[in-house]
Amino acid sequence: MTSRLEFWQGNTACAEGALAAGCTFFGGYPITPSTEIAEHMAAKLPKKGGVFIQMEDEIASMASIIGASWTGARAMTATSGPGFSLMMENIGFAAMTETPCVVVNVQRGGPSTGQPTMSAQGDMMQVRFGSHGDYAIIALCPATVQEMYELTVKAFNLADKYRVPVFLMADETIGHMREKILIPDKVERVGRKPLMRGTLPFKADADLIPGFGQFGTGHHIHVTGLTHDERGYPCATNPKLHAALVQRLVDKIETARYEMADYDIINPESSKVFIAYGAPVRTVQQVMHDNKDKDIGFLRLRTVWPFPERALARFRNVQEFFVPEMNLGQIAREIERHVKVPVISIPKLGGELHTPADLVAPLEAHQ
Amino acid sequence: MSFEDWYRQDRLPHIYCAGCGNGTIINCTLAAIDQMGWKKEETVFVSGIGCSSRAPGYILTDSLHTTHGRALAFATGVKMANPCLNVVVFTGDGDLAAIGGNHFIHACRRNIDLTVVCMNNQIYGMTGGQGSPTTPIGCLSSTTPFGCAETPFDLCELATAAGANYVSRWTSYHVKELEKAVRSGLETPGFSFIEALVQCPTAFGRRNKFRQVADHVEYLRTHSLLKAKRDRMLESGEKIPGDMFVVGELTRRNRPAMGVKP
Repeated sequence: MTSRLEFWQGNTACAEGALAAGCTFFGGYPITPSTEIAEHMAAKLPKKGGVFIQMEDEIASMASIIGASWTGARAMTATSGPGFSLMMENIGFAAMTETPCVVVNVQRGGPSTGQPTMSAQGDMMQVRFGSHGDYAIIALCPATVQEMYELTVKAFNLADKYRVPVFLMADETIGHMREKILIPDKVERVGRKPLMRGTLPFKADADLIPGFGQFGTGHHIHVTGLTHDERGYPCATNPKLHAALVQRLVDKIETARYEMADYDIINPESSKVFIAYGAPVRTVQQVMHDNKDKDIGFLRLRTVWPFPERALARFRNVQEFFVPEMNLGQIAREIERHVKVPVISIPKLGGELHTPADLVAPLEAHQ
Repeated sequence: MSFEDWYRQDRLPHIYCAGCGNGTIINCTLAAIDQMGWKKEETVFVSGIGCSSRAPGYILTDSLHTTHGRALAFATGVKMANPCLNVVVFTGDGDLAAIGGNHFIHACRRNIDLTVVCMNNQIYGMTGGQGSPTTPIGCLSSTTPFGCAETPFDLCELATAAGANYVSRWTSYHVKELEKAVRSGLETPGFSFIEALVQCPTAFGRRNKFRQVADHVEYLRTHSLLKAKRDRMLESGEKIPGDMFVVGELTRRNRPAMGVKP
């Protein structure tokens, strides 16, 4: 496969990844630091026969991409913290109705308006649990401009395969950084499993995923956020049916976690192991480069949800995990759940990247 | 075909209370759609949350029963992504004018090619009778126990001011007029808004001195003021009683629209 070399900003790479993946609908609302994605889509989508629409708020943006998705479109929105908060109810609707869609969150400092132009990873728990009720989603974290492109493509494929909202949880650092990127001529596309005639629209197959009955193709599907049976009809007071539905929505993602897990394991024999996703990956790489004589392992995550906990067991000699995050230890807490060794959270708030010294200090303190 | 062929027979009976006006409005809407000769597979119903929003669940087409207030935003996505689909939205006064007010004015402004039928029962029926943005001053509800003190919205004026191409208002009494109005809405490119005042005996009527369902329907009939008559009264300087509301075709124009079938 040939490819071409570009020097792009992360947000541009994300938009171009979406276009390469066949995204034909973008509904969005301007918000720093994600706006360049909307601007790029506004310029490019109409020329490709797609639809860009600037909605009245992020609630409407999320709603519009769900509506578009049911017509068969690959649909996406992009936002940041405050907009992400507004999307939560409709994200739950997408999970409940098994609507494939891609949501990009270029994270900035929160809570509230916080730091619009500064970087953070403060929405990592919100993306997993932010809408009410039990459900499961997929969240990917890019650490390079290249990954902004590749993981956006991957997000569309996962969304269509598992019929679930998929989140590209970027951060301001990666979104606004410019670096070298190799654009492939073609990207992989995994489509939606179609609904077969005579099959109930919400009856799942063995993979726990029902076929998708696109609007306008004669399936006469009723899609509701209410608890529904396999016909799609509301059954909101049936305890067994509700339990089984919610369990399936969670299980279809959780049981496939290793199929979709995307991570790198570096130096698995090490006793001191960093775990990072997004921008802090860059600092860990610098520390490893500067300390080649030291015994440092690294678990670099691209899939954060569902959390690929089996990767942790690959570090057989680990004594401590070190987890630099641009939040107060949101994923460190998730890691603690799965391991018996100490998990040292290295939080960084304020919007700046960890410096190598920020990581070396705790490493030395635990010698 | 008749309007009855559009129902999802295996979903009946419906959840509406005895005496509810919503069924009348759904029948009128389906009759108008049936006259258009639309195919079921090319028609999508979208709704939000509330009594009126349960309507799409009883209709044998693709349908999207969404979150509270957001029907128009979902419908915008459906229609813009595939303008070949006919998209009809069922909503209510709370869904459209309170939580969904912003989406309402923006959908009108974009003049997106949707037909919106609002069943205005002037109260929150599904949750047991709370005051809504269209509850008339002085009326009782569970959250206005001393009488509603807020000025209600005129949804048709709002739709006209915000840019809709077609606006009309009727009531559950005026079935033929309503059916015709919906038909005109379906035929008009751009945003069409049809408000249908409906009786709600369970949540509104029993609190507001309508002991019988027919009493409320009779009230709607006698307090409807035809637009032509209203215009004559205005011209002659006659005073229009405060408890009357205008019915008829209020707006019809041909502003640029979005999402129109190619």
